[in-house]
Amino acid sequence: MTYLGFIREHLLTWIVFLPVVGMAVVLFLPKEKAGLIRWTSAFFTLLSFLASLELCWAFDRSEAGLQFVEKMAWIPTFNIHYYVGCDGLSITMILLTTLLSFLCIFASWSIKEGVKGYFLMFLLLEAGMLGVFVSLDFFLFYVFWELMLLPMYFLIGIWGGPKKEYAAIKFFLYTLFGSVLMLVVMLAFYFYSEPHTFDLLELARPQILKIKDLNIFGIALTIVEFRRVLFILLFIGFAIKVPIFPFHTWLPLAHVEAPTPVSVILAGVLLKMGAYGLLRISFPILPQETYWFSYALALLGLVNIIYGAFCAMAQITLPQDRGGNDWKKLIAYSSINHMGYVLLGMAVFTTEGINGAVFQMFNHGLTTAMLFLLVGVVYDRVHHRKLDGFGGLGVQVPIYTGLVALASFASLGLPGLSSFISEALVFLGSFKVYPSITILATLGIVINAAFFLWALQKIFLGPLNAQYKNLAEVNFRELFTLVPLSVLILFFGVYPMPVLNLMKATLDRLLTLLQAA
Amino acid sequence: MLESLFLKFLPSLDPMTSAMVMLLGMPLLGFVIQIFIGKRLFRGGDWVSVGTIFVSFALSVLLFIDLLSSGPQFQWTTSWTWIDLPHFQLTMGILVDPVTILMLLVITTVSFLVFLYSIGYMHEDPRYSRYFAYLSFFSFSMIGLVLADNLFALYIFWELVGLASYLLISFWFEKPEAAEAGKKAFIVTRIGDVGMFIGILIIFFETNGLLHFDSIFSYVAKGQFGGEFLGISLLTLAGICIFLGAVGKSAQFPLHIWLPDAMEGPTPVSALIHAATMVAAGVYLVTRMFPFFTPEARTVIAYTGSFTAIFAATMALTHNDIKKVLAYSTISQLGIMMMGLGVGAYVAGFFHLVTHAAFKACLFLCAGSVIHALHTQDMREMGGIRKKMPITFTTMGVATLALSGIPFFSGFVSKDLILGESLSFAMENPSHFLIPLFGFLSTGLTAFYMFRLIFMTFYGEPRDSKKFDHAHESPWVMTLPLIILSLCSLAIFFTGSPLGLGELSLWGEKSQWVKYLLEPPSSSEHPTSAHLYALILSLTMAGCGILFAYLIYYKQTLSSEKIAEKFKCIYKTLTHLYWIDELYEWAVIHNLLRLNTLLAHFDNRVIDQVLVDGWAPITISTSTNSGDFDNRAIDQMLVDGTGKVVRASGKEVRKIQTGKIQQYLLVGLGAVCGILILLTLV
Amino acid sequence: MMFAVDLRHYLVLSAILFVLGIIGILSRKNSVGILMGIELVMNSAGINFVAFSKYVAADLSGQIFALFIFVIAASEVVIALAIILRIYQNKTTVDIEDIKDLKC
Repeated sequence: MTYLGFIREHLLTWIVFLPVVGMAVVLFLPKEKAGLIRWTSAFFTLLSFLASLELCWAFDRSEAGLQFVEKMAWIPTFNIHYYVGCDGLSITMILLTTLLSFLCIFASWSIKEGVKGYFLMFLLLEAGMLGVFVSLDFFLFYVFWELMLLPMYFLIGIWGGPKKEYAAIKFFLYTLFGSVLMLVVMLAFYFYSEPHTFDLLELARPQILKIKDLNIFGIALTIVEFRRVLFILLFIGFAIKVPIFPFHTWLPLAHVEAPTPVSVILAGVLLKMGAYGLLRISFPILPQETYWFSYALALLGLVNIIYGAFCAMAQITLPQDRGGNDWKKLIAYSSINHMGYVLLGMAVFTTEGINGAVFQMFNHGLTTAMLFLLVGVVYDRVHHRKLDGFGGLGVQVPIYTGLVALASFASLGLPGLSSFISEALVFLGSFKVYPSITILATLGIVINAAFFLWALQKIFLGPLNAQYKNLAEVNFRELFTLVPLSVLILFFGVYPMPVLNLMKATLDRLLTLLQAA
Repeated sequence: MLESLFLKFLPSLDPMTSAMVMLLGMPLLGFVIQIFIGKRLFRGGDWVSVGTIFVSFALSVLLFIDLLSSGPQFQWTTSWTWIDLPHFQLTMGILVDPVTILMLLVITTVSFLVFLYSIGYMHEDPRYSRYFAYLSFFSFSMIGLVLADNLFALYIFWELVGLASYLLISFWFEKPEAAEAGKKAFIVTRIGDVGMFIGILIIFFETNGLLHFDSIFSYVAKGQFGGEFLGISLLTLAGICIFLGAVGKSAQFPLHIWLPDAMEGPTPVSALIHAATMVAAGVYLVTRMFPFFTPEARTVIAYTGSFTAIFAATMALTHNDIKKVLAYSTISQLGIMMMGLGVGAYVAGFFHLVTHAAFKACLFLCAGSVIHALHTQDMREMGGIRKKMPITFTTMGVATLALSGIPFFSGFVSKDLILGESLSFAMENPSHFLIPLFGFLSTGLTAFYMFRLIFMTFYGEPRDSKKFDHAHESPWVMTLPLIILSLCSLAIFFTGSPLGLGELSLWGEKSQWVKYLLEPPSSSEHPTSAHLYALILSLTMAGCGILFAYLIYYKQTLSSEKIAEKFKCIYKTLTHLYWIDELYEWAVIHNLLRLNTLLAHFDNRVIDQVLVDGWAPITISTSTNSGDFDNRAIDQMLVDGTGKVVRASGKEVRKIQTGKIQQYLLVGLGAVCGILILLTLV
Repeated sequence: MMFAVDLRHYLVLSAILFVLGIIGILSRKNSVGILMGIELVMNSAGINFVAFSKYVAADLSGQIFALFIFVIAASEVVIALAIILRIYQNKTTVDIEDIKDLKC
């Protein structure tokens, strides 16, 4: 009982560092014993997942503030703390991360080379991602943010597809570029706050951040302008991660080249970090600037929606030598489209909008993860992803077809599946504020339907391509990764309140803060 | 009766709620069982689906009997919070009123009969149980659609029926046409759905979050629904947007193109979804939202409906595919219903939905029976099977008479009401004379093409003797639904009087049950002398239509080829269906794809290139040799550029690094000495 | 006249030692010679410490530093000689020009 109490007291630390413990254990396992390494990793990610379930269980849904806070001095000279906590915003992301990491371990069974290194990196990646979502100290946040890049670089660069080196370095440097901008803002926050602090909650309090006029490179900035510049820098830092047009070109490449589980993590969790950062850091600390930027944010959301949808559609219409005809790329571009709804919901400062946006982050994590897993299933068998290269698989692999259809319909926002609710909430919220943008954005629904159905038709319908007469149906291990996601998609599509309950109090408070601005 | 039944067996629950949940849940249960274990069940589990839908059917009948005894005022509603956020609630609820119950009756009856029929029709199919699973799913969604008490819930089920329709149209997905048709149906109806969704957004915005039907109506009635956009009142605009949803679902012009293609699905599916129920959902929506539409919006509805009616009827004239003729006829009839609702004939429009459901389902099932026997859909390969398939012939004849609006049959009653209303509408507003004109013309055309169908299929000499010899009457599971549906196509069933004029009814006002149960929301129905003119006119038109069909296709005194030759231009236009598909292909799809390609190029080239060229000017100069732009963009990203800079500078700097510590020390010492000297000098 | 030894003399001595040591380090090719040069430099620093301790600051911290330097010098010599011995065993030379395996 006391052990359990100890775990409860430091629950977040446990969640974040259990994968690190797992990493330490895996480090001492002989590298030939691939099975043992896999199951050890699965065990520790499962522990982390169970701990996050416990977190969810003990979470007070009516409390808007932070819970499970742990604060320890880390580098006292610079007022840096190991400061973690979670609220309605982060808990959904923590759940998503631990769940997807656990499932992805099983999707990683098909990794045959360098198993030990792979799982070490994977566990480190999980720790980094979780760290980002629990950090309440900007410095700590930054450390975790960077920590996560490293394993991602190796995961793409070593276990990726044909252009893996290029994709990895592009991903790494692109994100690093964003991090540098974030670093600048972080330092500005530190040195302009009285007293100097990295504490995100302190910084969000009015009167702490005392931005002054600045004269730099011969450009004189007033307080207002300087704050806006800071907002924009931070925004670009996060926009690269979301990704927001035009900072998105790393995404299709990285998604396509990464091995299946890493694509899942990229799409399911990493993309959320950008939006999470905006909601956690930019919005509360610079509310006036957020308000000032909101129209642009909504417009960027619209661009993401329409542009992402068209680019996804182009995967069907363009031949391969012109960068098309790739199923995974189609899903990657549809992610850009889906993150557009998140941006639109965030930009309007209404209850429906912001709840819809965060719920959409969660749902996108489920549906896109499922889609990537499914692409991985067929890729493991036939070693290509050409949309033209299939045909009629529906006859051969009915269960697989059903699952892909479910995930695709979820992704195109069919009612009864979870994405519909978040998208509808976003639209209901945004129409009040920007009716014209919303109406244009609804066109995205049609294009979404078009390319997903078209892809389904190309792959599964029509006469069976004789090449695939012996294609095997999804096996038990794959089902084990897919079924939980399908059940969740269906369940939250019918009854979304469990997730919404977790976040609504926190988001309401954030909204009050923004509306005051 | 229903309530007492449920009180007896489930005393602890609210009887009405449990009845409704059961009504809705049974087909869902059927779906779940069928999709997961259907294959392993006895007979592919068809009895599960048929059994579950029968329960729903029985409940609807009980509900209907209750309704008849309690009268048209009956209304029962319940709702519960679904999404509960601070300052924002969405509710889910059930609304049961006469419109709902009539729809339920139509849906469950036709569903049940089609399920039964499918046992015979689909018995050889390898995906037999999957077929029933989809059918059950459709029934579930459709029942949900009519039970919904608010627009949002309705929209949810609205999309779900679309999904069911997609799955069933492309059920034989090995055929590329079927796969294509399913996709087309889903996307085209979704265009309408987006319009409807925008309508919902406008309503949600204007009424501050009301989506419940009654509260919207009372809000509108109080005149609080203000606002303008581009000089059109938002109320009208919202109405038109909502109507757009109906345009998509009910295949009205210009979104009608998916319905004929949808005939790729199995014929019972066409009967259930694309004739009787789902396509009528648009009409149901307009009926449900009737008080919401402003006169301007109604005019739009009336024009759309009447134009679709005549437009689709002309396209049916030249088709040789038996199912496609029926599909165009469905579009045309849906247009007639829309026209009725548009001119304010609330009861008549809905009435026609009910009668049409019966006789059109019957027609499709008969066509299915013919197809089942002859294994072809082309009417040119049929002929003379009247004697071989007597039941099919008789029932189809009855349904055809009903569709053509001949007295003694149900279509006559409802269609005449609509036409009369439209005529009196035009008499009041002479500028809208086109509406009834289109209506009457389409009546004549309908009679013509339907009798053409009958003559070509059942009369004359068999044109394909091999197929003819093979033909046989269908088994009882298929003919029984035909007989029941054809009985439901008799006027007496709806009015209690054989002729169908309703004055001599058997059981008082209740025998005209559709009229009795529906109360027009406003006093828009006006029995005027127009009805008599309409009666005469429509009968004349129908008579002419039948006469021409008789002369051309039975007696063959007039040659169809000669007529086609004479009006070659018109004939060509008709056979090409006004080139609408081609127009869309050219105007919309082609341009959309071009935009697609353009944007993809933009993404590949401009965005990547801007980053590349903007950030890595050093590497750009070396890239000019590369012909392939994508490769250029790829290799010369900022990333690689910086890498090269670092590497090059590293190469130079490395030379200093000799590894000889003595050299380092010497340099260090020299530097220290230099600094010391400098310090002493300064 | 009594020859008085004061701070300057110590400093000069230490400077001479330092320069000798540096010259040794820079010019010798024999690693043992370089090592000896290093010892000289360290000892010159030790002398400085002791001298300053005696004449400038009137406490023992300088002497203690000198003690530390002895210890470090001793241990350094031990390790360095051990390394040189190993190198000699492997290469039969202690000339630093010949020992450049780690150089790229």
